[in-house]
Amino acid sequence: MKINNVILQAVTKIVVFIILTLAVYLFLSGHNNPGGGFIGGLVLATAFVLLFIVFDIETIQKALPFDFKKVAALGAFLAVATGFGSLLFDAPFLSQSFGYFDLPFFGKTELATVTIFEAGVALAVVGVVVTIILSISEDV
Amino acid sequence: MNNIIVLPMVIPVLIGIILIFLGPYTKAQRWISLGVMVANAGISIYILNRIQTEGILRLDFGGWTPPFGILFVADSFSMILVLTTSIVTSVCLIYSFFSIGKAHETMFFYSFVNFLVAGVNGSFLTGDLFNLYVCFEIMLLASYVLIALGGRKVQLKESIKYVAINVLSSWFFLVAIAYLYGTVGTLNMAHLSERIAEAGQTPLLTVISILFLTVFGLKSGLLLYFWLPGSYSAPPTAVAALFGALLTKVGIYAMFRVFTLLFYHETSITHTIIGVLAGLTLIGGSIGALAYKDIRQIVSYNVVIAVGFILVGLAVATPEAIEGSIYYLMHDMIVKALLFLLAGTMIYLTGTANIDYMSGLIRNYPLLGWMFFIVMMSLAGIPPLSGFIGKVLVGQGAADAGSYILLALAFISSIFVLYSLLRVFLSCFWGETIISVEDEVPLKKGMLVPCVLLTLVTIGLGLGAESLAPYVSDAANTLLNPDVYIDAVLND
Amino acid sequence: METLIIILSGVLVSVATYLILSRSLIRVILGTAILSHAAHLLIMTMGGLKDGSVPLLGEEASSYTDALPQALILTSIVISFAVTALFLVLAYRTYTEVGTDNLHALRGFKDE
Repeated sequence: MKINNVILQAVTKIVVFIILTLAVYLFLSGHNNPGGGFIGGLVLATAFVLLFIVFDIETIQKALPFDFKKVAALGAFLAVATGFGSLLFDAPFLSQSFGYFDLPFFGKTELATVTIFEAGVALAVVGVVVTIILSISEDV
Repeated sequence: MNNIIVLPMVIPVLIGIILIFLGPYTKAQRWISLGVMVANAGISIYILNRIQTEGILRLDFGGWTPPFGILFVADSFSMILVLTTSIVTSVCLIYSFFSIGKAHETMFFYSFVNFLVAGVNGSFLTGDLFNLYVCFEIMLLASYVLIALGGRKVQLKESIKYVAINVLSSWFFLVAIAYLYGTVGTLNMAHLSERIAEAGQTPLLTVISILFLTVFGLKSGLLLYFWLPGSYSAPPTAVAALFGALLTKVGIYAMFRVFTLLFYHETSITHTIIGVLAGLTLIGGSIGALAYKDIRQIVSYNVVIAVGFILVGLAVATPEAIEGSIYYLMHDMIVKALLFLLAGTMIYLTGTANIDYMSGLIRNYPLLGWMFFIVMMSLAGIPPLSGFIGKVLVGQGAADAGSYILLALAFISSIFVLYSLLRVFLSCFWGETIISVEDEVPLKKGMLVPCVLLTLVTIGLGLGAESLAPYVSDAANTLLNPDVYIDAVLND
Repeated sequence: METLIIILSGVLVSVATYLILSRSLIRVILGTAILSHAAHLLIMTMGGLKDGSVPLLGEEASSYTDALPQALILTSIVISFAVTALFLVLAYRTYTEVGTDNLHALRGFKDE
């Protein structure tokens, strides 16, 4: 069954980018303000889910050839691996640290290892949510 | 730095994730997961020995000191259980190599076994009540998947009930945690213990403790075992063995921890209730073990009886009884895994689970028969097998404390265990051989080897109980003196 | 305010109980989802609904709210999200395999 919903598709093409921007904003603001990997990941996932609903699954899977189970696993791996990273520096498991660096373009920027952890969380959330939606909707 | 105590939980998590990427390479998955379990066993032995010299170890995650951060605490009791878990899981993994089938292996079976073990080890090691909830959930999520993996009708049916009942008990857990946090204002176990001791265990706290008792009763099958026989009969043998060996024991561990560390002031209420529940569990389990002809049901009810028996030790709470419970806990994890493996092998060989349709197996498969005999003896508590020392110590404790009813129930239940298994033994292994030589299903070596390994462990545990004595008495000592635990966590 | 939220939580629990006791599988799942929300509300209320600032470093307020219940709830929301999702998938598989979502038809385990 293929519904050709022109208006929804046209709007989605733009809205998806707004959602993605919001997701990135939420993800980055999570360091000192409300937001973070989980919420950012959820918003990111809604963008994908919207795409899957508006266009059909095959089209989107051609455009986004990820196995979302693997994405979830990669995210979880990143999150746990940052915990392991602290073992290398002889700090307690899951220790995080941060520092200030002078980067070109950005000027003085705070970089924190917790961002990697949060990225892992975000990826895991995206992977899990999309996997669930796909596994329920695929064989209807 | 004690980073090593987080490894028994984190290595399985990490490896479980990596195995997802190794999807089609089942050989690699097998050996990696087996390697993880063996490594875990090694690590836990190392930590166990370190605890004997350095006392209880703790690790504050991210450097956040207690009572603010989450932490892992390794004492002898938890490390003994982690060690046993690693051993049992390795053996069940070997069994699954030869029995689980390609379909399971490519559907991330080994990943989920790793996650299950991570949840179990995390529950044993954590020093924070909410973290305990999280680890429980990790374990349960993995078990939901493992029970349904394969997707046979009976598995799906049972998994629905299993998930529903566990969601409900998790809800009770959350509510209990909420009440406790509202009353005492902390969730760190050592800090909780200190504050409860300061404030005295008010009636409100006792009610909360009974809420915890309900939760762990549901998880461990203490009287609330109605879900257990069905769920443990559905999954494949290797998974059922893991469940039978590990899942209820985590509930028992949590109960020991909570009722020796936190709520130990009103023993006349809480421990009496535990005693009554344990007694009823023994009776109900014994009736169940005799009532069924399905070997999986019989074995599952034997799990229930063991839960009752171990908690008699907690209800009595004398040093001997606690030591006995710890011995029996180790013994039971190993022997129940073996029992499930043997029963599963018998079902595989005969194609039926009804004991009326099996007969004379000992002529076809002598080794299997004799191993079943040894398990039976071990469960009944015949020396020198591993069940003996636990039974004697729990019995001695119960006699010292004057709880003669529990003592009688505990030992009568042993007779019922013996009878229920003897019935299986007589009906399945003795009698006329009905399988002719040409119909005989060849017994795979890979199924026999794990059983032999576990049989050796149960004999070894019985003979070598002496060498374990210092660890077990240290574990019992920590359980009975909460100050040791509190000092190690808060004041150093 | 606390009393009100506690009552709300109680209402949610009774709704969930009603749903869980019904025969339809999907209602049971909805019931478990609502049940966990009731628990989350309870945790939040037990932590105390204080009037304080957001517990962030930059706020410089005189009093802060307790952040721990929020952290607990977030964790527990994630878990209940995962469990509910898994439960839904499981129910769907069961429905296609067994052909019914009536829990009475799912009783027993003898038939293979």
